[in-house]
Amino acid sequence: MSEVLARLEELPTSPAEPPPGAIEGRSPWQLAWARLRRDRVAIACAVVIVLITSVAILAPLISLLLGHERDTQYLETGLTAEGLPRGPSAQFLFGTDDLGRDVLVRIAYGAQVSLLAGVVASFVAVFVGVVVGLTAGYFGGALDGFLARFMDVVLSFPFLLFAIALVSIVGPSLRVAIGIIAFFSWAAVGRIVRGQTLSIKEKEYIEAARSLGASDVRIMFVDIFPNLLAPVLVYLTLLIPAAIVFEATLSFLGLGVVPPTPSWGNMLADSLSFYRVAWWFVLLPGAALLTTTLAFNLLGDSIRDAFDPRGERLFRR
Amino acid sequence: MASSALRSEEYDADVLVRVENVVKRFRASGRRPRGRDEVRAVDGVNLDIRRGETLGLVGDTGCGKSTLARCITRLYDLTSGRVVFDGHDISKLSRRRLRPYRLQMQMIFQDPYGSLNPRRRVGSIIGDPFAIHGIAAGAERKRRVQQLMELVGLNPEHYNRFPAEFSGGQRQRIGVARALALNPKLIVCDEPVSALDVSIQAQIINLLHDLQDEFRLTYIFIAHDLLVVRHISDRIAVMYLGKIVELAETEELFARPRHPYTNALLSAIPVIEEDGGGRRQRILLQGDVPSPIDPPGGCSFHPRCPKAQHRCSGEEPPLEVKLSDRPDHVAACHFPVEPGEDLGFTWQRATEP
Amino acid sequence: MLRFLARRILLGLVVLWVITTVVFVMFFVAPSNVAGLIAGRQATPETVALVKQRLGLDRPVLDQYGSYIWNLLHGDVGYSFYNSTSVRSLIRDRVPVTFSLAVGAAILWLLIGVSSGVLAATRPRSVADRAVSVAALFFYSMPAFLLGLIFLYFLFFRLHLAGISIFPGSGYVPLTQDPLRWAQHLLLPWFTIALVTAALYSRLTRGSMLDVLGEDYIRTARAKGLRERRVVYRHGLRSAITPVVTQFGIDLGTLLGGVIIVENVFGLPGLGQLAVQSVTTQDLPVIIGTVVLASAFIVTANILVDICYAILDPRVRVY
Repeated sequence: MSEVLARLEELPTSPAEPPPGAIEGRSPWQLAWARLRRDRVAIACAVVIVLITSVAILAPLISLLLGHERDTQYLETGLTAEGLPRGPSAQFLFGTDDLGRDVLVRIAYGAQVSLLAGVVASFVAVFVGVVVGLTAGYFGGALDGFLARFMDVVLSFPFLLFAIALVSIVGPSLRVAIGIIAFFSWAAVGRIVRGQTLSIKEKEYIEAARSLGASDVRIMFVDIFPNLLAPVLVYLTLLIPAAIVFEATLSFLGLGVVPPTPSWGNMLADSLSFYRVAWWFVLLPGAALLTTTLAFNLLGDSIRDAFDPRGERLFRR
Repeated sequence: MASSALRSEEYDADVLVRVENVVKRFRASGRRPRGRDEVRAVDGVNLDIRRGETLGLVGDTGCGKSTLARCITRLYDLTSGRVVFDGHDISKLSRRRLRPYRLQMQMIFQDPYGSLNPRRRVGSIIGDPFAIHGIAAGAERKRRVQQLMELVGLNPEHYNRFPAEFSGGQRQRIGVARALALNPKLIVCDEPVSALDVSIQAQIINLLHDLQDEFRLTYIFIAHDLLVVRHISDRIAVMYLGKIVELAETEELFARPRHPYTNALLSAIPVIEEDGGGRRQRILLQGDVPSPIDPPGGCSFHPRCPKAQHRCSGEEPPLEVKLSDRPDHVAACHFPVEPGEDLGFTWQRATEP
Repeated sequence: MLRFLARRILLGLVVLWVITTVVFVMFFVAPSNVAGLIAGRQATPETVALVKQRLGLDRPVLDQYGSYIWNLLHGDVGYSFYNSTSVRSLIRDRVPVTFSLAVGAAILWLLIGVSSGVLAATRPRSVADRAVSVAALFFYSMPAFLLGLIFLYFLFFRLHLAGISIFPGSGYVPLTQDPLRWAQHLLLPWFTIALVTAALYSRLTRGSMLDVLGEDYIRTARAKGLRERRVVYRHGLRSAITPVVTQFGIDLGTLLGGVIIVENVFGLPGLGQLAVQSVTTQDLPVIIGTVVLASAFIVTANILVDICYAILDPRVRVY
C-alpha cells in the first residue's frame, strides 16, 4: 500500500494506452455469427432447413410440375388392381397413399403445415414467455410469486390430455393446434427468462441505471432485454422442432389438421393401417419429419455453442 | 449540545447534504426467532457534508457505509430520518419526483466489471444520462460523450467499443465519465479503487482529485483502505455497526484517534519500518464483528473493547466532542483513548515481524 | 418432515380442486349447447332432452357444481350416453393397461437415461460418450409415434417376415394371466416411450454428473483412496440425481402424453386409446372422467416425487 502512496505523488492522470486505431468494437452478435459461419454442421443444417422451406413454399409448383393435385385420388393410376397403394415409380416418385394420392406432393404440402405450426407457435410462445418472464423477474414480489407458480403449474400439465379435452369441445383445426402448442410452450420460455432477469437484476449496472434516474421500462428494454436475446434465440431454435413434433402428434391423433389437408402427422396416422404393404407411406413422410427436427435441433445446438463456446454442447459431435 | 462538526448552523449555505437521524433497516431473510428479524444497517446517523469537501467513510465490511451512501442518494428508501440535499428535503420523495435530483447526485461503483452493461457500447453507456433526461441527442450527444471521454483520459475514438475491450482502470474511467455527464454536485464513490491493481488505483484517485478541483465537486468517498482515504479526504468518518463512532479532519484523526476502534484500524496499517524507528504495536481485536441483527446493548463496540466498563454495556455513548480544543473532532465513547495512551497491557499484542 | 408432507398434500388437493373446477367450467358452463355435446353427436332430440333432465342442466350453475363435486367425491365420474354405461366401468378395465404401460416406461426411461448419462460422464469425450450423444440427438428429435411406427415396421413386421416373432404387433395380455406374454406385448410400447425421453435424461444426467464430479468433495473422496466406483455412485450420483428428480416431476405430463400416443399406435386397450376414440365420437363424459382421473394421478405422483426429492436433499424439508 505504501507503493500507492509513493505513486500518488508522482503520476499524472495518464491512461494506459489502448490499442491504436478507431476500430469499431465487435458486438457479441458479430462474434457469434463469425463462429457460426465456420461451423460446418450448422451450415449443413441451415441448408437443409432452407431446402425444406423452399419445398414448402414451392409445393403448388411441385404439384403442377408433377401433374398431380394435392387431394385428388388417382384411383386408376395410383392404386393397384386390389386397391392398394403403388410404390415409388416414374409416375409417382414417392408412391401413392391408401387413396391413390401422390405422396410426394402431399409431403410437400405437409411441410407447409409443419413449418407454419412450428414457427408461428414458437414465436407466440417466445413473445408471451419473454413478456411474462421479464415482468415477473423484474418486479418481483407478489406478482412474481404468482406468475412463477402459475408457470410451474402450466409446465407440469398433461398437455396432450388437455389438448384432447379442448379439441373435443371446439373441434380440431390447425389454428387450435397452434394455440395449444403455444399455450403449453410459453411457460418454459418464461421460466428461463425469469431466471435470467433475476440474475441480471442484481448486477451493478442495473443499479447504476437506477441511480441515473432511468425508469423501470427503460431499464427493462435497454439494459435487461439485450442480455436476454441470446438465450432466447437459442431456446427458439430448440422450441421450433418441439412445436413441429407436437403438431405432428396432434394431427396423428386426429386432433390437429383435418383431412384431406395433409400434415405429416395425419399422413403417418393413415399409414398405420398400411405399413405392411406400403413402406414408402410410412418411411418417407417419417424421414421428412425426422430430417426437419434433426436439422433444427442440431442448428440450435450450434447456435448455443456459437454464443458460449465454453459451455457444454447439448449434442456433442 | 451538538458540536460544530455535526451541525454547522452558522454555515448552512455551505452544507450540501444534511443527514439527520437516518435509520435503514432491512428484513432478514429466512425464518428467525421473534424480534430478531431485522438488520439495522444504518442505525441513526447524523452528518453534514460540506460543499466542495471530500468526506471519507471507512469501516469494516457490513458497517453500513455503502447502505448509508445509498440512503443519501435515495437508491434506498429511508426507514426513518431525513436527508436534505441542497436545502431540499428528499427523504420521502417518490421516484418520479426524485428524477431532477438524480441530475445532481451521482454514484461511481466498485466493480469495474459489473457496473457496465457488457452488451452496450461505451458511447451509449456514457451517453445514457443524456438519453434518460432528454438533454442531448444525436450528434450533440456524441460530441458531449467524446468530450467526457477525453476529460477522464480515454481515447474518444473508442466511442463504439464494448466494455470487454477495456482494462479495469479504463472501465472505472468510463464509470467516472458516466457520473460526470450531467454536472452533478455530489458524487458518491463506493469503493471505486478496491477492485483495481495498485498502480492503477493511484491514477484513478488522481483523476478524481483533478476533476474535483475543476468542477467543484463534493465527494463522499467510501473505502476500507485507510491510506487511500487519507490521501483524498478532507474529513473522515469511521463507522461501526451502522453508527458513526468518530468524525474528524483527516490529519487530526490520524494524529489523535480517540475511539478505540479507530485506534485498532490505524494500527493495522502496514508501515515500512524507518531506520531506527520503533516497532509498532499491532492491536488485535478479540472476537468478530457481531451480527447486525442482534447488536450488543449500550455501546455496540463494548464486547471487544479493552477499555470497556460497566457503563458501556448499558448506556450508548453520544457522538460528541472529546477534546475541548478541537471542536470538529467528535467520537462516541465513554472512555476515549487519550493521546499517547498506551493500550498495551490490556490488549493482546503482536509485534510486527 | 411431517409438516412438509402435510403441506404438499394440501397443495395437491388444492391443485386438484382447481383442475376439476376448470374442467367443470370448460364443459358445463362455457359451451352453449351443453346437453347436446354431452349426449353425443348421434343423439336424437329425445336423448338430448333426457340428458338435460338427468343431469339437471336447467338448474343454477352453482347447484350443478355442487352435485358435480359431490359425485366426484363418491367416485361417480359420469355416464357415457354413447356407450350407455357409466364412465367408471369403461375406465375400470383399462386402468391396469395404462398403469402397466406408464410405470414400466417410466422405470425404463430412468434406467436408460441415467445409466447412459453416467456412462458418458465418467468417460468424457470417449467413443462411448460420442455414441451416447449421437443416439440422444437421434431419439430426442424423433416423435414418439414415429418411433412406434418404425418399431412396428422393422421389429415386428420385418422380423415376422423373416420368421422371428419376438415382438407382437398389438394387443394386451394381463399380468395376472401370463407375465411373460404381458411383458412381451409391452416391450415395444415401453421402449417407444422410454427412448425418446431417455435421450433428454441422458444429457441431463451427464451434465449434472460432470458438474458434481468436478467438485472438491469428490476430489477429497478420491484422495482418501475410495474406489472409483464408490466415489461415482455413492457420492457423485446421489447429488447429481436431484435435477433428474425435479425434471421427472415436470415430465409426468409427458409420460401421460407418451402413454396416450403409444396406446394408439400399438392398439393397447388403455385409457389413452379410450380418450382419443372419445374425441372422434364426441363422447364428452368419458373425456371429463379421464381428465379428472389423470389429473388426480399426476397430483399424487407429484407428491411422491417431492417426497423422493426431500429424501435425497434434506435441505428441502425445512418447509
